[in-house]
Amino acid sequence: MALVEIRDVYKTFHRDTQRIEVFTGLDLTIEPGSFLALMGPSGSGKSTLLNLLAGLDRPSSGTVRVADAEVSAMTPAQLAPWRARHIGFVFQQFNLLPVLTAYQNVELPLLLTRLSKKERDERVRIALGVVGLEDRMDHYPRQLSGGQEQRTAIARAIVADPTLILLDEPTGQLDSHSSQELLVLLQRLNHEFKKTILVVTHDPHVAERAKTVLHLEKGELIEKQAVAR
Amino acid sequence: MKYLPLVLANLGRHKRRTILTIASVALALFLFASLRTVVTTIGAYSQWGSARRLVTTNATGIVFPLPLAYANRLRALPGVDAVSWANWFGGRYGDGKRFFANFAVDAESYLDMYPEIVLPPDQREAFLREKASAVVGIRLLDIFGWRLGQDVTLQGTIFPGDWTFTIRGVYTVSDPLINEDMLLFRHDYLDERTGRLGFAGWYVLKIANPTEAAQVGKTVDDMFRNSSSPTKTGTEQQFNASFATMWGNVGFLMNTIGLAVVFAILLVTANAMMMSARERTGEIAVLKTIGFTDRMLFTLTMLEAGGITLIGAVVGLGAAKALYKGTNFNAAGFLPGFDVTVGTLLTGLGIALLLMLASGLVPAVRAARLPVVQALRHVE
Repeated sequence: MALVEIRDVYKTFHRDTQRIEVFTGLDLTIEPGSFLALMGPSGSGKSTLLNLLAGLDRPSSGTVRVADAEVSAMTPAQLAPWRARHIGFVFQQFNLLPVLTAYQNVELPLLLTRLSKKERDERVRIALGVVGLEDRMDHYPRQLSGGQEQRTAIARAIVADPTLILLDEPTGQLDSHSSQELLVLLQRLNHEFKKTILVVTHDPHVAERAKTVLHLEKGELIEKQAVAR
Repeated sequence: MKYLPLVLANLGRHKRRTILTIASVALALFLFASLRTVVTTIGAYSQWGSARRLVTTNATGIVFPLPLAYANRLRALPGVDAVSWANWFGGRYGDGKRFFANFAVDAESYLDMYPEIVLPPDQREAFLREKASAVVGIRLLDIFGWRLGQDVTLQGTIFPGDWTFTIRGVYTVSDPLINEDMLLFRHDYLDERTGRLGFAGWYVLKIANPTEAAQVGKTVDDMFRNSSSPTKTGTEQQFNASFATMWGNVGFLMNTIGLAVVFAILLVTANAMMMSARERTGEIAVLKTIGFTDRMLFTLTMLEAGGITLIGAVVGLGAAKALYKGTNFNAAGFLPGFDVTVGTLLTGLGIALLLMLASGLVPAVRAARLPVVQALRHVE
């Protein structure tokens, strides 16, 4: 059964008197365990699609189903706990809270669960271990390199064991070495931990690592290409 | 509790700003507590007085004396157990910068009339034995560094000349509303040095039954109605209340200033909170993306505002309480018993809660209603 089903989605924005149609009848299916790269020029609707999948935005019409839940029909009050349970989100700018340590940043999603302090501690340490930052857990974001910050952000995204990990230009702020490390990590999450990953990117190196590459142009998925691995 | 580190971390984000905001709240509530305590102290003093003591003054006004000869006639009245009298002396000590009350009192009857003035028996004996002696409050003794047996000289203002007294007693008080920085000396000494004028400033009557206070007072005033010095008699509480009215509308003024200060600080705190919330628009969006609900972010923002105002309140109100209690402050004797009451502390805490609501509400609602997608664009 598909993890993500987007059916006949329209999304329209209004800017002053201008009407901007981002999606006109978009369909997309993502199977569990996929590793997709979503590419396309600026303004093609990549981030909008990510926002729709995470329940941060609503389609003008059509349905968005993720993990058996019709996200497009949920209220904001229902969406927040659903997001905490099912979505791990990684931003281009890392977006760690500067006043919290790496450990505390990673712990944030777990504060929304009923886990005990001890259980939270175990999970945070495991997540930081997966991204190779056990020895940096007490560091504040300003004390970390860009690559380390992004790995912390990934630890935060995976710590609650979400169904779907969404990444928005995760290598946009990283040097090539850090980018490579990050891509290896994403592959590992997909292969070893069977995580379903969707990466929005302009970076062809990211696309090379993905199992599937989707191209969005003018709001339409015009190409779907399997990557030979 | 698990969100506490997040709240504390946010409070520590701009330490200087947080400390200054807390200090503003603390200062405002310190001032509020101080000004309100002026009001409560005046109020308490106007309510204070023994139900068994009446005060008789000249009907024309307290500055006009009464004949000493009234004493025997007052003693003879049914329902009157004891009579004492006193005179405002108005002497200055040294450069006169530090004011303190000084009275000539009929020594033995006065000390009997006021058991709240506690004097060791041997010092009482010495005071009664020696005409040019005085007893002073322990606080006054400390202020001037006097000691028992020392001669102190006051410059008379109402009764001119230098008046030297030997300190023979140091009193404490069993009721905080009685001044501990007074100097009392013997009325017979005053009378003798002024050529036996035979006047008393006012009389204090101890009555047998408090329920007869009005009747006894009327009898006294009726007795002297057609004399050259008609009297006005009332309970000690009425007498004190008449003094309290001399403060005029000070209470209203103090309350108004206090609330104005609090309102000014409300604007400062609200501005700091809004600034803090505005700076964190992106972070709030990130927290929402992670799964924090609108209600949770509202609560966290309110807790931050609460942290600032409540810490400020504890510091400001605690400092006021500790300072006035610790220094035994009484505004140079004008406000004996000056102490921040529990009622003032609770009102201060109530104001802090209102400050929290007023300063935190707008940023908290803003955080809760923040559209995530729009805010994330702000981040990117």
